[in-house]
Amino acid sequence: MAAEGEKKPVLEMVQADGGDEGCVTFVLHNEDHTLGNSLRYMIMKTVDVDFCGYTITHPSESKINFRIQTRGGVPATEPLRRGLRDLTEVSQHVLNTFQVTIKSITDPLWTPCSSPTEPTGL
Amino acid sequence: MAATMSNVEEIRTRAVLGEFGVKNNFRIDIVNLEENSMEFDMVGIDAAIANAFRRILLAEVPTMAIEKVFIYNNTSIVQDEVLAHRLGLVPIKADPRLFEYRDAGEESAEEQGSEIDTIQLQLKIKCSRNPRATKDSSDPRELYLNHMVYSSDITWVPIGNQADVFADSVIRPVHDDILIAQLRPGQELDIIMHCVKGIGQDHAKFSPVATASYRLLPEITLLEPVEGEKAERLKRCFSRGVIDIEDVNGTNVAKVVNSRLDTCSREVIRHDDLKNVVKLARLRDHFIFTVESTGILPPDVLVTEAIKVLMTKCQRFLSELDSPSVE
Repeated sequence: MAAEGEKKPVLEMVQADGGDEGCVTFVLHNEDHTLGNSLRYMIMKTVDVDFCGYTITHPSESKINFRIQTRGGVPATEPLRRGLRDLTEVSQHVLNTFQVTIKSITDPLWTPCSSPTEPTGL
Repeated sequence: MAATMSNVEEIRTRAVLGEFGVKNNFRIDIVNLEENSMEFDMVGIDAAIANAFRRILLAEVPTMAIEKVFIYNNTSIVQDEVLAHRLGLVPIKADPRLFEYRDAGEESAEEQGSEIDTIQLQLKIKCSRNPRATKDSSDPRELYLNHMVYSSDITWVPIGNQADVFADSVIRPVHDDILIAQLRPGQELDIIMHCVKGIGQDHAKFSPVATASYRLLPEITLLEPVEGEKAERLKRCFSRGVIDIEDVNGTNVAKVVNSRLDTCSREVIRHDDLKNVVKLARLRDHFIFTVESTGILPPDVLVTEAIKVLMTKCQRFLSELDSPSVE
């Protein structure tokens, strides 16, 4: 994608402390509670995260301030990356389970060829 | 209702049990799947993610809807802008996955839409007097021809190669009987409409669901056995089918049969002798989703698309993080 003159930033990093890589506030543009709350939930389950929260700065602007504070000198982009990956994995798992369940209802002849530990949910 | 310290402890443990291992405890049960609505259970997931799916179903799954209305002639009693507003809200049965978003470039005067991002529709109708009506009838249905403009009068005008691509599925409004305007003899409508792809966040006309909601599964526990006449009163406090009376050794004993049917009216609390017998709670990780589609896409496709939208959001930020221009 060619970079135009006015490329809108989607993700910005604002570091409040000078040298501490572990405390970073990310500004996510065009996002709201949909991604903010679910991402916060996934990141809070990580062990080395001290603080994780998000705010919507003003309801008229569609951006969120997402703050991550880590423990032990881990750069804050690591939990963010892991949280995004975990959220993608959870969504993929939900999608697979849902599609298997739909298939098993609409097509009685179809049998799942994947591992038997996947419940068909009926 | 017993709200004691043990209850708080149970809430804490319940939350912990539900959070670990989405892969292990997660399951989806489909209760009801019809052409335009479905009801399914998602068990073992957290409220944050279930709510994200609900929000995406309402506001971020794209559809096609009428956006630009070119009015060449409107002599009806309905004002131009009111007519355009009503036309925008008519659901159009076109698969949005086959179209692209229109570039948000500069607003040029002429139509800049191409075959890949625009659907062109036409509404051309003229009301006239019915020559075969009897002299003294007052029924508009008999006196006039075309005096009610329904959504079935909207016709599709294929542009470019759309006629070949959509050869087997005609693009038309989902419902044929939406009344758009009323005319009298001599009034006519001559309108060209352009449909574009959009999301519900922009305008509610792009929302693909009539509604999408979830509720938590109620949990009713009887703390002590309830018998006889008290059991009858307890049964009447809940919705029908929740509590059943069964005969145990000659006495009628109340038993919770199906707590899913309860509408959680909490009528029990109004009765002094019954309120300490029952514990009303909800399971924190059991979501009963109801998705009602407007007809553009079937409801199971909608849920699939919503989950994919969430994955696309995450991917977008992951690629932003990995690209070297982060500062």
